[in-house]
Amino acid sequence: MARRGPFTWLMLARLKEFIREPEVIFWVFGFPVLLAVALGIAFRNKPPDQVAVGVVEAEGAERIAVSLSAEQGFEVVRLAEADAAQRLRMGKISLVVVPGEPLEYRFDPTRPDSTLARRMVDDALQRAAGRRDAVVVKEALVTEPGARYIDFLIPGLLGMNIMSGGLWGVGFALVDMRTKKLLKRLVATPMRRRDFLGAMMASRGLFVVLEVVLMLLLGWLLFGMIVRGSLAGIVLLAVLGAFCFASIGLLVASRAKKIETVTGLINLVMLPMFVFSGIFFSSERFPALLQPFIKALPLTALNDALRASILEGAALADPAQLARIGIMLAWGGLSFVLAMRWFRWAS
Amino acid sequence: MSVALYTKDLRKTYPGKPPVEAVRGLDLAVPQGITFGLLGPNGAGKTTTVEILEGLLEPTSGQVEVLGMTWAKDAAALRERIGVSLQETQLAEKLTVAETVALFSSFYRKARNPDELIELVGLQEKRDAWVVNLSGGQKQRLAVATSLAGDPDLLFLDEPTTGLDPQSRRQLWEVIRELKSRGRTILLTTHYMDEAERLADLVAVVDHGQVIALGSPAELIATLGGEHVVEFAVEDGGNGDAGLPLEPLHALPSVIGVRTEAGSVQLTVGEPHLAIPALLDHLDRVQRHMTRLTTRHASLEDVFVNLTGRHLRDG
Repeated sequence: MARRGPFTWLMLARLKEFIREPEVIFWVFGFPVLLAVALGIAFRNKPPDQVAVGVVEAEGAERIAVSLSAEQGFEVVRLAEADAAQRLRMGKISLVVVPGEPLEYRFDPTRPDSTLARRMVDDALQRAAGRRDAVVVKEALVTEPGARYIDFLIPGLLGMNIMSGGLWGVGFALVDMRTKKLLKRLVATPMRRRDFLGAMMASRGLFVVLEVVLMLLLGWLLFGMIVRGSLAGIVLLAVLGAFCFASIGLLVASRAKKIETVTGLINLVMLPMFVFSGIFFSSERFPALLQPFIKALPLTALNDALRASILEGAALADPAQLARIGIMLAWGGLSFVLAMRWFRWAS
Repeated sequence: MSVALYTKDLRKTYPGKPPVEAVRGLDLAVPQGITFGLLGPNGAGKTTTVEILEGLLEPTSGQVEVLGMTWAKDAAALRERIGVSLQETQLAEKLTVAETVALFSSFYRKARNPDELIELVGLQEKRDAWVVNLSGGQKQRLAVATSLAGDPDLLFLDEPTTGLDPQSRRQLWEVIRELKSRGRTILLTTHYMDEAERLADLVAVVDHGQVIALGSPAELIATLGGEHVVEFAVEDGGNGDAGLPLEPLHALPSVIGVRTEAGSVQLTVGEPHLAIPALLDHLDRVQRHMTRLTTRHASLEDVFVNLTGRHLRDG
């Protein structure tokens, strides 16, 4: 066997252990792909919904129903008054039209679909009665790649994957080695600790490159996603994210002696970011009061940076991107320093 | 002869409520080139002592020198020269035997050839098998191979044969003899008496964190005064074997020690051919019927029982 340096051997050992563990391969590569495919199907772009309108049976109902049916986008049912009221309450129809003089619209103004229906129905009926539009308009429909849910989702899944890969792949793996006394056995040799930790982090970085390429390839092949930023820039962001979360993993593992302890800690660290950091929906939906806290989370920084780069083609030197890079470096650097101080090797 | 291991008044107390005094003033001086056995029941402080010597634990107080150096000053140099096999290490499951040995070899400046090590512990046929697929004995042999990766001057083996099959035990004994023939020092902890008797040049019996006896196995056995043990039992006289007065047994020819244990009487005897006929005559006279009689060579186990009144395995 060729004589190689300890760093190379440690790195090779990590890579071999990784590829020989089918469950790990599934969680790192298979699971995000399945999730992207499933969510991509569930939230695929559908044709615009029909507006359901009920017309109460009365004098003139026939004419209203015909006028609405002549326009696109309406689903008209003619109903007895009581029946119509019940259906409106159940949300099965958005609006009830009561024929007469004046014409009456019954709807709940707090329901967005109802207010929309009121405008559309009124518009259609007025036009049918002879109203002329004062301004000529034309429509340009935009449903291009980059603005769809799947485009939003894929960078988020990538960020989530980098987070859990760092925490499980480094944090969990280290505590596992500690419980098996393997850490203790290793430090009883002349092995340099920085070689060991360096190999651990470097192998994470290597996997992340694979993850990025895989996810982007999937987005492109299955969903026609367009990557606007440079691949090198995206990979750099992902590797930076990997460093950040591997360091947090190191910190989480620095003292834990039991698998249960580290599992709990990892979940505790990940939970707020799962909720707040904009994996599945935009973190902007949370109240403004929470935004400074949310923006300071490393996964928010990573997800936002990945989205800006992938979807908008933002350059790394862009001030907003630099701020996100700064947040990740700060979390990673601080965690690394603390982990080095607290890490328990032998006992 | 220079000293490979030296401790003076070594103490280790684990904090807690109450604190656990694992090692309480342990003195050792192990000359280079011998196999030294640290013998004692579970919980005697053997592993704590060994881990302090290996530089994996800080002693609470006391002096420690390893190969004439100290952990505080010469840790890096010491790591290159010692080999360590911990109790129950689980090596990476998904690496092969050859990969595991090569990984450990890569850590040492002066490493032994990995293939040679695999052959030494008899794992040639398993060299490409994953660690997870090895038997317990094979895993332990692999652990010993990794401890030899740096061709150590001083090897620590903590309970290397506990729970092993006879073949693996014998294989490990061979490894230890090979090392010793090359002038290396070995520190072995075990609670197997036969192993210590067979392998160790010098044995320290440890109990409650202190050395309670030190010497070669033959010397320690000789402290019993006789090399043979005659063990017998008598029919219950209705009030247990305490019913058999022990005093007269001391007076029998060649009998050096008398003790009772779990319904039988054990005599330490210099010459069984004198003691046994006299014992039979004595039982005839007091009209007690013998139900069992065995003789064996005295062992380190008897030394331990003699010193502490307990068996090694009882802890």
